Amino acid sequence: MTGFDWGVIWRSLPYLFLDGMRFSLTLTFLAAAGGVVLGTGIALLRLAGGRVLGAVATGYVNLMRSLPLVLVIFWFYFLVPYIGQWATGASRPVQVGAFASSLLTFTLFEAAYFSEIVRAGIGSIPRGQMAAGFALGLTYRQVMGSVILPQVFRTMLPVLLTQTIVLFQDTSLVYVLSITDFMGAASKVAQRDGRLVEMYVFAAVIYFAVCYAASQGVRRLGGRIAIIR
Amino acid sequence: MTYNWNWRIFWEPSPEGIGTYWDMLLGGLVTTLEVSALAWIVALAMGCIMGVLRTVPSRLAQAVGAAWVELFRNIPLLVQLFLWYFVLPEVVPVALGDWMKSLQSAPFVISAVGIGCFMSARVAEQVRAGLGALPRGQRMAGTALGLTLPQTYRYVLLPMAFRIVLPPLTSEMISTVKNTSVALTIGLVELTARARAMQEFSFQVFEAFTAATVAYMVVNLAATLLMRWLERRVRVPGYVAA
Amino acid sequence: MRLAALALVLLALLRPGTAAAEDLTGTLQKIKETGAVVIGVRDSSIPFSYLDDRQKPIGFAVDICMKVVDALKARLDMPGLKVTLTPVTGSTRIPLLANGTIDMECGSTTNNPARQKQVAFSNTYFLTASRFVTKEGTAVTDIDSLRGKAVASASGTTNIAQLTAVNLTWKLGINILTAREHAEAFLLVETGRAVACVMDDVLLASFIAGSKTPGAYRISEDAFSQPEPYSIMLRKDDPAFKQLVDGATSSLFRSPEGRVLYNRWFTQPIPPRNINLNLPMSPQLERAFQNPTDSADPDHYNS
Repeated sequence: MTGFDWGVIWRSLPYLFLDGMRFSLTLTFLAAAGGVVLGTGIALLRLAGGRVLGAVATGYVNLMRSLPLVLVIFWFYFLVPYIGQWATGASRPVQVGAFASSLLTFTLFEAAYFSEIVRAGIGSIPRGQMAAGFALGLTYRQVMGSVILPQVFRTMLPVLLTQTIVLFQDTSLVYVLSITDFMGAASKVAQRDGRLVEMYVFAAVIYFAVCYAASQGVRRLGGRIAIIR
Repeated sequence: MTYNWNWRIFWEPSPEGIGTYWDMLLGGLVTTLEVSALAWIVALAMGCIMGVLRTVPSRLAQAVGAAWVELFRNIPLLVQLFLWYFVLPEVVPVALGDWMKSLQSAPFVISAVGIGCFMSARVAEQVRAGLGALPRGQRMAGTALGLTLPQTYRYVLLPMAFRIVLPPLTSEMISTVKNTSVALTIGLVELTARARAMQEFSFQVFEAFTAATVAYMVVNLAATLLMRWLERRVRVPGYVAA
Repeated sequence: MRLAALALVLLALLRPGTAAAEDLTGTLQKIKETGAVVIGVRDSSIPFSYLDDRQKPIGFAVDICMKVVDALKARLDMPGLKVTLTPVTGSTRIPLLANGTIDMECGSTTNNPARQKQVAFSNTYFLTASRFVTKEGTAVTDIDSLRGKAVASASGTTNIAQLTAVNLTWKLGINILTAREHAEAFLLVETGRAVACVMDDVLLASFIAGSKTPGAYRISEDAFSQPEPYSIMLRKDDPAFKQLVDGATSSLFRSPEGRVLYNRWFTQPIPPRNINLNLPMSPQLERAFQNPTDSADPDHYNS
């Protein structure tokens, strides 16, 4: 192919960013928020949930961490409606749209990774903190909620944010479902106009810019909020 | 609409003619393992080099290492594979590009190289962390003994660094296996792609994906056990990792 | 605990509506209760169901389905019925129809007996055979000359199934490249990665017409099958909904509006690049429009 038409990027900017990037970013933030909350719950279950719940939580984390994200995406997209039907005893499969399905997929998948980070964070807090909390007469829940977890999040924030950047990159995989995220949008334009080189290079440059800037930001943030023990 | 279960589907012949559906999935698993092994070799080789480059006392070397790591870490794997597969043949000279495109096993080779480079950034960071965890005295002792820098790395620093970072490298290796599934987008017929094909031909969605899930879990378990054995064999008494 | 609450909420939503006087079943009940109908559309099946310049789904099949939606609105007495167009691909359309994500699929889906084990089809709106496209100047002329070459096709289509079967029976040793969708399969030929691409001939004609150098391509004379019918795809075992769709399509095809709709997409310039496919209605399709049928048998249309 002779001659690259870089104007195609300019012409499709609104579609790429307003449709594609907006989907990617929305999915990233919502899945990260949900994943952190769920991940913290799972980490706590593993630590203090008793034998059965702890085993379930551990099994969940090991399962999610041993499967490729692509496979999990397919699982959820095709099978969640059936699972919903079975779980709620409905007469027909529960209708789940593309966005809801991807949100559910990424939240549940990343929760396993977030839970490992939170668990490591809890493990890094000196044991004296728990003991001091109990000595002050606080219940386990109060100690966790007011003493331990705030420290965990402060120490682990850089790692959690790095995992969020990884999540942002992973959202490109919704391509396999023909969902229009940023990469999907770039692909659609590329295939429609036959401009593969221009669009894919542009997509790579944008992803690089966003992720690099974000990771530099995280590095700087980590320096500022670190707790010196 | 209720789903029709049919676990006997695995023994039925697949339309592709190479045997049963079970054989089809097995073929996919073999491809997955082959690509993972190749990609891991590439990742280890390049990751080692780049990790070492980031720790040598040369500004240029450190910049090269940092650039490599940042480049391959900040672009999603899917985009990287597309660049290798679609963009590279178009920007090189026409004859080379045509040869690339006519390669029968293009997806296989591209996946191995692409995934290998992607993982090499992470391996490089691990190696750098491992080298950084060593006391400064090790390097100085090497110089004092009259060893050149390459010799110091080869005989003193790297052996210890690898033993320290073996656990994180295990999870990177498992990541490599999982990442091969992304290559189905450039036409690599690996396990996940085969499970999809099985689903398309036989309409048995649950069965196909369950088989693929179990296969990945088994591979994961085998890899973890292998690495744990390796860790036990190479551990150095007196070090935290031991 | 939370599951029970969720179950209660969902059961409350799923209770039969009080508006309809008669009992609705299946998809009709679902549409009435959810207040929306979800239609599966394709992204590159020109001119049946594809995305225009602004990424909006348009096409011949999409228009037919909109007529069905009008009939739905009348039947369920829901003038404000919400219509959602969801993109599907060749390989996701059947699972998504089965699991309820879409209610009907309007694209370039071939009606054949194998698929009828999983889904149902409505009246035929087009007839097309699988052929392959190659670049002018290659030595590939008929199916046999594909021996040992790289041939592309979209996953989940009848084309790739037919290609696989022929490859096996004639022992051609073809390296089959699976593409995600029709556009990508054609792109593999355009960029020289595949020697040929197997697709329905009407879609091939559209891709060639829309490519940068239309004269550089050639559609084979050899076909992998007889002309097979395209229809709207519906869930199986849902007679009430099928009856509605059949009725709407039947009255559309028999009326002059059906002819006008056909001409709009096949004999006039179509977006996004104002290309005219110049494909007048074949006699077989004329007959199928006069006597709407959902038959999957290609011979039925030759009589």
